[in-house]
Amino acid sequence: MITNALSVARIVRLAVLSLGALLFLAPYIFMVSTAGKAQSEIFSSSLSLIPEQWSYIENFSKALSRVSMTTLLFNGVVVCALIFVIQIVVAIPCAYAMAKLKFRAARAMMVLVMLGLLVPIHATALPIYVAFDKLSVLNSYAALVAPFSISVFAIFLFLQFFRAMPDDLIHAARLDGMSEAGIVARVIVPNAWPAITAFAIFSVVAHWNDLFWPLIVVTNQDYATPPLGLLFFRAAEAGDDYGALMAATLIITLPLVSAFLLAQKRFVEGITMTGLKG
Amino acid sequence: MSVLSLDGITKSYGGNAILKGVSLEAEVGEFIALVGPSGCGKSTLLRIVAGLDHGDTGEIVIGGRSVVRKAAADRNVAMVFQSYALYPHLTAGENIAVPLAMRRLTAAQRLPFVGNVLPGQKQIRTDIQRQVKEMALALKIDHLLDRKPGQMSGGQRQRVALARAMVRRPAVFLMDEPLSNLDANLRVHARGEIVDLHRRAGVPTLYVTHDQSEALSMADRVAVMIGGNLLQLANPKEIYDNPSHVEVARFLGQPKINVVETRTDAAGIVRFGDLVLMANRGQAPDAPVKLAVRPEFVRFSPQGAGRLSARVERMEFLGSEVIVHARLDAIGEVMTSKSAPAEAASLAIGQPVDVEIMPERAMLFDHEGARLPAEPLAVAATREKIHG
Repeated sequence: MITNALSVARIVRLAVLSLGALLFLAPYIFMVSTAGKAQSEIFSSSLSLIPEQWSYIENFSKALSRVSMTTLLFNGVVVCALIFVIQIVVAIPCAYAMAKLKFRAARAMMVLVMLGLLVPIHATALPIYVAFDKLSVLNSYAALVAPFSISVFAIFLFLQFFRAMPDDLIHAARLDGMSEAGIVARVIVPNAWPAITAFAIFSVVAHWNDLFWPLIVVTNQDYATPPLGLLFFRAAEAGDDYGALMAATLIITLPLVSAFLLAQKRFVEGITMTGLKG
Repeated sequence: MSVLSLDGITKSYGGNAILKGVSLEAEVGEFIALVGPSGCGKSTLLRIVAGLDHGDTGEIVIGGRSVVRKAAADRNVAMVFQSYALYPHLTAGENIAVPLAMRRLTAAQRLPFVGNVLPGQKQIRTDIQRQVKEMALALKIDHLLDRKPGQMSGGQRQRVALARAMVRRPAVFLMDEPLSNLDANLRVHARGEIVDLHRRAGVPTLYVTHDQSEALSMADRVAVMIGGNLLQLANPKEIYDNPSHVEVARFLGQPKINVVETRTDAAGIVRFGDLVLMANRGQAPDAPVKLAVRPEFVRFSPQGAGRLSARVERMEFLGSEVIVHARLDAIGEVMTSKSAPAEAASLAIGQPVDVEIMPERAMLFDHEGARLPAEPLAVAATREKIHG
């Protein structure tokens, strides 16, 4: 009886989960399918997931040849890596100081971090754009990276995580002769991997997929990030060649999807851990 | 010569005085237990000595040098924390090696990769490894060196924490309730071990605990702190038999000391049942005083017709001893007696009893709690009885 009831509950659960997964995956599946269809088939009235005539090779070669996909991917990697590294280098010492050191400005900093969390990028986009224009740094990696170098979200996330770390650990490190920088490097960071991984997901996903900011500061194809590159591709080359467009989209989403699948376990650990800790 | 001296340490948090001028001196190789109820400031004091916190005023001298303005790392003190505070990402061996590596290797030599090729680094590392091994052998944890703290039991972690503190031979050892996270059996065992280790190392130790039996059994001298004041610092026997303050008397001893509020008469004499005490050589006439006597010096005998009668309310059998609580008929207060089971065999709950107090063991304190000298006047009392 019990096993029966359990298995019924299991089936219901699995069904609900599968339905949800299908709902979320549908656009992606449709994209994969479209990437393999010829132009005529895409615009035909019949809707089928499996292409009648496999044109993957044709579409992918179009996508790869008409736009320099390697430049796009390289830009994406460089921009995301720079943003992530700078965010970590800034946010970890800052969060450590706010969580574990006593100083007068701590309260004011906390208020500023909270305010920072409330202000969306769209509100500050115009002033930053004007400033970058005056400094003539538009169309550069600096323009893509600089506005995101200080992440209040990262500070907030690490702050919560570091607060849960025992004070005695830091006291012990101090007595053992470590400087504050030494404590951050030798004690805090090695014990903060779950939080760093969790933040890495948020940061890399957000900036890899970001279209808004690159669209504002980049007009030169050489600095285009993948989503912006797609836009250029669509506007200039493909027109309504959705097969090639979907193939290109597939290529630029592939790095994130494969990275997630490879490190799935660690990512989930990281998110649940920081989630539980506040 | 004192190795560690504290003079008038004060500390307050937001107008709340935590330490109100604590002074203390530790001699070479001395083990001092700081004991007191929670919130009495003992841990704060330890942190101030360690340099993890800063006192508002006061002087700290370690090995003849003032360290008040020095950082924790430069004070040459080692500390064992209540939570052990082992680095979770390092193995036991690496944990023990950290204080040595931080002191002996230069910043450049500690760098990963780069440090490995610098001259002299290898020699120092092997030296450190040898010392870690020695320390581990002394503490019988050599088989644990490759384990991470998460894979060890509480007792093992505690030893690793001890090893990490001892390995660099500090000038002063500070221990903040290092045994409170162990189970009761292990705790008693670890007490003996810490005392042995301390004897061998000969490093003066400040040991914070809220457990009076730990303090009395381990320490050369016990410092009782209550409400931010160090009330008394003396060897365990002295502090138990001869407390200088009623709070010290109340804090030490299990079961608690009996304290009765009473008054001296015009001649400065306290009468309590058969007990007659001259307070402060008659210098405290007509004043409120506290009469205190430890339960082991109170005896209940089953007549119940004497000058001080009581009724047994509760009996606790503890194996080697029996604790009897009886309510005094005259003033309605409960007195406690501790005696051998054979002596208490004739008592039963609800039974009227006579209270007998050993006169030379009764202590007097003034209304503020300070100790008053008291002489038993048994003879005088008898005389008075005859004349009166």
